[in-house]
Amino acid sequence: MSTVTDQPAPDSGGLAPDTVVAPTRGGSRKLPVVLGVLTALLAVVLLRSSHAGSTTFQLAAESDFFALPDIVVPSGPTAWLMVVACLALTAEAVRRMLAHLRQPAWIPIAFALAWMVGFLSWAAADSSIRMVSLLGGAVALAVPLVFGALGGVLGERAGVVNIAIEGQLLLGAFAAAITASLTGSPWAGLLAAMAAGALVALILGLFAITYFVDQVIVGVVLNVLVVGLTNFLFRQVLTPNAEGLNAPDGFDRLPIPVLGDIPLIGPILFRQTPLVYVLYAVVALVAYALYRTRWGLRVRAVGEHPKAADTVGIKVNRTRYRTLLLAGAIAGAGGAYYTLVSVGQFNREMTGGAGYIALAAVIAGKWDPIRATLAALLFGFATNLQGVLSVIGSPVPSQFMLMLPYLVGILAVAGLVGRSRPPAADGVPYRQQ
Amino acid sequence: MRLVLRGITKRFGSVVANDSISLTVEPGEIHCLLGENGAGKSTLMNVLYGLYKADEGEIELDGEVQHFTGPGDAMAAGIGMVHQHFMLIPVFTVAENVMLGNETTGFAGTLDLEAASARVTEISERFGFHVRPDAVVEDLPVGVQQRVEIIKALSRDAELLVFDEPTAVLTPQETDELMDIMRQLREAGKAIVFITHKLREVREVADRITVIRHGKVVGEADPKASNAELASMMVGRPVELVVHKDAPTLGEDALVVRDLRVVDVAGHTQVDGISFTIRAGEVLAVAGVQGNGQTELTEALLGLQDDVSGSITLDGVELVGRTTRKILDAGVGFIPEDRQVDGLVPGFTIAENLMLNRSFRSPFVKNGSLRLGALRAFAEKKLKEYDVRARDIDSLAANLSGGNQQKVVVARELSRDLRLLVAAQPTRGVDVGSIEFIHKQIVATRDSRIPVLVVSTELDEVVALADRIMVLYRGRVVGIVPADTPRETLGLMMTGERPKDLKDVVA
Repeated sequence: MSTVTDQPAPDSGGLAPDTVVAPTRGGSRKLPVVLGVLTALLAVVLLRSSHAGSTTFQLAAESDFFALPDIVVPSGPTAWLMVVACLALTAEAVRRMLAHLRQPAWIPIAFALAWMVGFLSWAAADSSIRMVSLLGGAVALAVPLVFGALGGVLGERAGVVNIAIEGQLLLGAFAAAITASLTGSPWAGLLAAMAAGALVALILGLFAITYFVDQVIVGVVLNVLVVGLTNFLFRQVLTPNAEGLNAPDGFDRLPIPVLGDIPLIGPILFRQTPLVYVLYAVVALVAYALYRTRWGLRVRAVGEHPKAADTVGIKVNRTRYRTLLLAGAIAGAGGAYYTLVSVGQFNREMTGGAGYIALAAVIAGKWDPIRATLAALLFGFATNLQGVLSVIGSPVPSQFMLMLPYLVGILAVAGLVGRSRPPAADGVPYRQQ
Repeated sequence: MRLVLRGITKRFGSVVANDSISLTVEPGEIHCLLGENGAGKSTLMNVLYGLYKADEGEIELDGEVQHFTGPGDAMAAGIGMVHQHFMLIPVFTVAENVMLGNETTGFAGTLDLEAASARVTEISERFGFHVRPDAVVEDLPVGVQQRVEIIKALSRDAELLVFDEPTAVLTPQETDELMDIMRQLREAGKAIVFITHKLREVREVADRITVIRHGKVVGEADPKASNAELASMMVGRPVELVVHKDAPTLGEDALVVRDLRVVDVAGHTQVDGISFTIRAGEVLAVAGVQGNGQTELTEALLGLQDDVSGSITLDGVELVGRTTRKILDAGVGFIPEDRQVDGLVPGFTIAENLMLNRSFRSPFVKNGSLRLGALRAFAEKKLKEYDVRARDIDSLAANLSGGNQQKVVVARELSRDLRLLVAAQPTRGVDVGSIEFIHKQIVATRDSRIPVLVVSTELDEVVALADRIMVLYRGRVVGIVPADTPRETLGLMMTGERPKDLKDVVA
């Protein structure tokens, strides 16, 4: 008699009778505090080095249906106006906290917009910001993060913590580079990347699902293993034969007619490479399948309460393996983006921790494919902002800006976006008797 | 559907959980499997349901031998199970839970939620269940969750339904409703296996009773047999079902609780302004369905809750705001509700577990070093005194049976000078023999003029031990009533209703 005994249930995971719900504590203090600190930060920055002149926000790109006019604003006044707006939003958040009200999502969103406009008009004073490259670049940088985050969401929804996203991205990038170089086809490279990602996932699954090894540890070790393996092969195999093995034919930009000509949105979303369009489809498919299909219902069941799934005849570990392999393949496809689109060849450790940022996006996105995608886009934006600002020569030290994506990541994971609840059996191996 | 089990044997390592058990269940009958905790009832049913593989023996349904490789096969063969720990996914809706594993789908595997909802509504109406298909399971009361389990089985056209200790989590009223549902299912021609260790329920609904002890069938019992007869068959010796106790000799007010309020980590008020008094030499038993503030109340008494307001005084000394160790040193004994989590360190020996509440000072610690000799002598003595069945005092607590583990906890808590005893679920998951023993110890404690607070979700236990009964509902006191209050009244109070003519008793 190991797990099944005749004892009455102590507590079977949230199935206790409805407990007394009386909101005695007010809304969380987190949001108002963070908003207040950020507002103060912006104000301090403005006070210390006030920039005169005006800031230009360029909205147009070539070959739009019609060109949106540039928006020119006086830098200082605009920035201060935004500080006032931020203050107002912070006050609203404080009011809601004191009145024990829920903090609606529009407050942080509006705050982020106001703060960003204020910050940009200060940082780009006497200069201009091309919105298309700021946002389009964000999307481009976010692509591997989104692939990785989807891989993370799928794995964790099925109950396996996919720490190995980093390894899946990196091995995917490596496999795509070689395969595309050899075959001359980026599509073959993409397939190879997916296979490589799935391979890493398979090893993770073997240890985590079949042998009940701690999933976080296996995942981290796998990441280190892939770094070592690709570094070795890069030096010994790729570098001597760079012409033949590390010169992949990448994906070319494929503007979509009509959609690509919409001002602002078109150049950002629809003048990308085919791999990005694949990503759009994958996001939509995963989101739909997870919530609306039999497959998704079973995946979620296995991640929430594997024993319950077992008792209705669902093969828990088989479902976990399948889902994890799919997750690995998706993350692997993200790796292909590095070698087939953004960089164009394989370099040592070229993913640079993107897998961990993707993992942060999973948590910040509350294990939901759409929200995780949005979180990944946010991280992409933070990364790109750093690049754009260093080009226009902003007064912020570039070393500080390099921290930005990670800072945003920590804030997001710390639960600024509200309470998040992981799948109940996330990271818990399932043992059958 | 007619079920025949022949010679089922299931071993876990060297332990034989089921020893050649044979059993026949006819359609249209309620067949009770009666046995103590750990007798092997659940193991048998898990074999039947394909969760365990039997080492020997065969399962026959309507004359055909079955070979189940998993629960899926058992379900396809028409077996439905209502598990003791509900096999429901808390964050799914009722319809999603019912359809899981048996989904109706449209194009490309798209879920047909409407069909599932219609099925839930249909079954729910046929049996008068009042379950909404779009409700999220974790928001439902336990009794309703159980009905979802039943609907789940019925939606798969189960002909044989197994209820595994279904009343453990129910209020008396919900239990009565469940009995009605079982009778209704019997009328509909289903075969029903009802696993329990509660004699009252067996006698109420059973058509046939099979008693299991130590993994073996010890015989069939007549549903008209008396409680004493059933109990002695179950335990293997005559058992005293009634706790013998004399009228209390009451002393001063010892424990005085005023306006106690406890807020949990999530910000929910779990204990909402409770006031009561226990006098020296008195047992106040707390009745109520699990999750109505009992856990938080006992933990607040022991200083284990962070957000506590109000006042708790023991012999005039304020306890609120003191650390747990100070409270223990003030003479509070505590039998926690979950011995596996709070009562014992499973990887420690019996002797080590016996010194946990006195780990800082004499008699077991001197100048920062353990006095192993004193500890061993003490442990040897307690092992005999409390009849703990273990190889020796160096056996790991994890390797003891539930009853023996609980005896170790009780021995530890009662073996020093107490000013108050708090006993939460003192006999949960404990065999009948040990229950008898532990109850005697609690009564003896009270007779030595120590105030005792007993918390139990088993109404039988509350009634047996109490001098007065306090009923909790949603963190509030419904009433404090005499021990001889009728069970129906208590059951009603456990649902939060207070009878109009009810008068609180003051000790």
